Amino acid sequence: MKRTLVLDDIESLAVGAWVLGTGGGGNPYLPLLNMRALYKGGHRVQLMPAAELADDDLVAGAGGMGAPLVGIERMGDPHTLTRAVLAMEAHIKRRFTALMSVEIGGGNGVRPLMAAALMKLPVVDSDPMGRAYPEGQMTSTAIGGLAPCPISLVDVRGLESIVHSTPNAKWTERVARKICVEYGSTASMCTPPRTGAEIKKWGIHGTTTKAIRIGEAVRRAQRLHEDAVAAILAVEPGVLLFKGKVIDVARRVTEGYLRGILRIDGLDEFRGVAMRINFQNEWIVAWRDEQPLAMTPDLICVLDSVSGEAVGSETIRYGQRVTVIALPPPEIFLTPKGLEHVGPRAFGYDLDYRSVFSQ
Amino acid sequence: MRRIGIDVGGTNTDAVLIEEGKVAGAVKAPTSEDVTTGILDSLKALGATGVLKGKKIDGVMIGTTHFINAVVQRRHLTRVAALRLGMPASASLPPFCDWPEDLAELVRGGVWMVEGGHEYDGRPFMPLDEAAVIKAAKEMKAADLKAVGISSIFSPLDPSHERRAAELVAKEVPDAAITCSSDLGRIGLLERENAGLLNAALADLSRDTIAAFEKAIRDSGIAAPLFITQNDGTVAEAHQARRLPVYSFASGATNSMRGAAYLSGLGDAMVIDVGGTTTDVGQLKHGFPREANSVVKVGGVRTLFRMPDLLSIGLGGGSHVMLDPLKVGPVSVGYRLLKDGIAFGGRQFTTTDVAVALGLLELGDRKKVAHLDAATCRKVLAEAARMAEEAIDRMKTEAGDVPLIAVGGGAFLIPDKLPGVSQVIHVQHGDCANAVGAAIAQVSGECDQIFKDLTRAEALSAAQGIANDRAVVAGAARASLATIESEDMPLAYLPGNSVRVRVRVVGDVAAA
Repeated sequence: MKRTLVLDDIESLAVGAWVLGTGGGGNPYLPLLNMRALYKGGHRVQLMPAAELADDDLVAGAGGMGAPLVGIERMGDPHTLTRAVLAMEAHIKRRFTALMSVEIGGGNGVRPLMAAALMKLPVVDSDPMGRAYPEGQMTSTAIGGLAPCPISLVDVRGLESIVHSTPNAKWTERVARKICVEYGSTASMCTPPRTGAEIKKWGIHGTTTKAIRIGEAVRRAQRLHEDAVAAILAVEPGVLLFKGKVIDVARRVTEGYLRGILRIDGLDEFRGVAMRINFQNEWIVAWRDEQPLAMTPDLICVLDSVSGEAVGSETIRYGQRVTVIALPPPEIFLTPKGLEHVGPRAFGYDLDYRSVFSQ
Repeated sequence: MRRIGIDVGGTNTDAVLIEEGKVAGAVKAPTSEDVTTGILDSLKALGATGVLKGKKIDGVMIGTTHFINAVVQRRHLTRVAALRLGMPASASLPPFCDWPEDLAELVRGGVWMVEGGHEYDGRPFMPLDEAAVIKAAKEMKAADLKAVGISSIFSPLDPSHERRAAELVAKEVPDAAITCSSDLGRIGLLERENAGLLNAALADLSRDTIAAFEKAIRDSGIAAPLFITQNDGTVAEAHQARRLPVYSFASGATNSMRGAAYLSGLGDAMVIDVGGTTTDVGQLKHGFPREANSVVKVGGVRTLFRMPDLLSIGLGGGSHVMLDPLKVGPVSVGYRLLKDGIAFGGRQFTTTDVAVALGLLELGDRKKVAHLDAATCRKVLAEAARMAEEAIDRMKTEAGDVPLIAVGGGAFLIPDKLPGVSQVIHVQHGDCANAVGAAIAQVSGECDQIFKDLTRAEALSAAQGIANDRAVVAGAARASLATIESEDMPLAYLPGNSVRVRVRVVGDVAAA
């Protein structure tokens, strides 16, 4: 059933999307501020299940690309994001009937709502990642072999670009990234148009609702001064991996990504145990006492032990008290083709994927 | 070196004299509504001890919670004109957009957004629209707005647009108090801008308060330069502090931690400051409080201030005690302790009564608490110790036992042995630790910006140079500068080996 989101849903969505960001994707705070302003101005957004799409509906993925740090100086706005969608409509000479998230994890979990509010289009309760990932081919749509093009990139100063044709999603990512850097390392984008039939077959469904559910649990626990991490595990089939204090964060940039190692020393029932998490923007592999414990595509979420809110790989710091949980991945990532795109080897780890949920 | 440190707290105004590295005198006077009287009284009391006689004082350092209280209580705030340079970007989130509505109503005098700003790599984002700045300034003047907050995209990297806009505004509104966001540091437009707007809102209060401080010092007959202590445990000369009052926001708590370090001689330790109503727990690193790195809310406004990372709990010398079930705090009799506590003839059972009954404190009348049995009193102290232990454990950043310095008027609540603590240190003059911290404050300089196409070593050294220069401008002696924080973070997605470097240096106040 299509339903109109209330502002409280979007407040929860922002908190939940940050949890599903698994360390990356950028904090959804600024997109949330935009939504507060739009709702204050009388705009409303409808959320619709993918199942209600007609086969010939046309769906746009609307979101942002670039460095989160640039995004907190040059803050994205609903009009520019809308222009990215309109530029795509002009290019393909068709009108969209709905929008969706390009990745539910992080700021992009909230962004499609900004354009949807202005365009009066519904947002589909689906996305192609079910989390955040660093690269464009790490999607259910790329695994499904859907068209890697065109995509539009728009800058607030009136710059509009279309990447019209590429052989695969990896090339789209490379070329689009170049354009984005010229813009100043931030851009509003519209990803390749998908039909209703394609989304129904290849989308990861119910992820906006899932993010809202997680955010609601965290916010309710905060209000009642209850354990916010336990609240997440009460609404999602996740597992508690570790509790501790950050003792080291080593970061380096290679090939345009933030890579590094997070080290946590155990507290409470984990005293005397050490955890290490390798990251590439997102948390990729978690090792307990040097044995792999959880790995992509399982969602590894590092949360503030007190507030239950997510902590990003860019901002996590020495001394922070964190709790690490794992949430189950979308099923499509567990297929052989899925693991080829997003399994540990896709990130350069010589590990066979072993689900933390089967241990 | 002879310095007077003053802490203007909610209850007491403490004053200490530090002479050749020792506490030569320490006094307390009640804080007054007008602040000035309390300072004068404390200085008079210090003078009465005879320690000041015929001596030249090198500096008076004042720590105060006056400015943060103004924001929290929404009092004495000036209406502000917000001028942002960065159009057409960020237009959907104008200045004040994430302020609590009541505070925004009070402070928002007008909002102007014009073209300007920079990219992350120093390219101009848009040329500065000077005509639009001049037009905005004329409108500010017409609206009788004299406090102005100017912000610009990526101004911590390149402040030139903010500076130029400030010149243009000053030409149109000659008596304007202008705050540029680049003077307040960090990347993050909204938070930096918020800090600038709060600072501008405090312009009048800051001018009046610091003038009152100066008058109090003059009237007391002390001829010494005035310094105001900052959130990070350092000081700024009064004229600079007047310009940036937001930097003095959290100085009370910082001073007590710095004072604890000084009085104990320890640079790395946990500190517990037990006051009348609340207890603050923090961690000392190299003699300075560990800073909060994330967003700090002040009066509901998100900012990126340099603030100590503190945990506050409702435990103090005036905490109410309930026995069935056993509960200590968070309610406190506060400054009414000497009237309302049982040991003082009042009716409210407090932690102080427990300590008096057990003979830990010589205060009030012990006979009045003779009916309290020792076993019950010990249970109350054990509960207070448990609360303290939990707070300390939450703030510790390393496993293993660490030393703990207990200061503040309620430090008697901290037992000599606590789990997770190697040693509990009670120090002489610990009840005036905050004034001691003010007296020994140093001067700092900070650099936080993105460097491109440099090796890591080059970037760190460039940042160090900028931080050093800023410390000297703030009044430090160059030869005494030492780096106390250095952090670098490569930036995801940015090309050309971009790295964000944050360096902080401190040094002794230069001799005048």
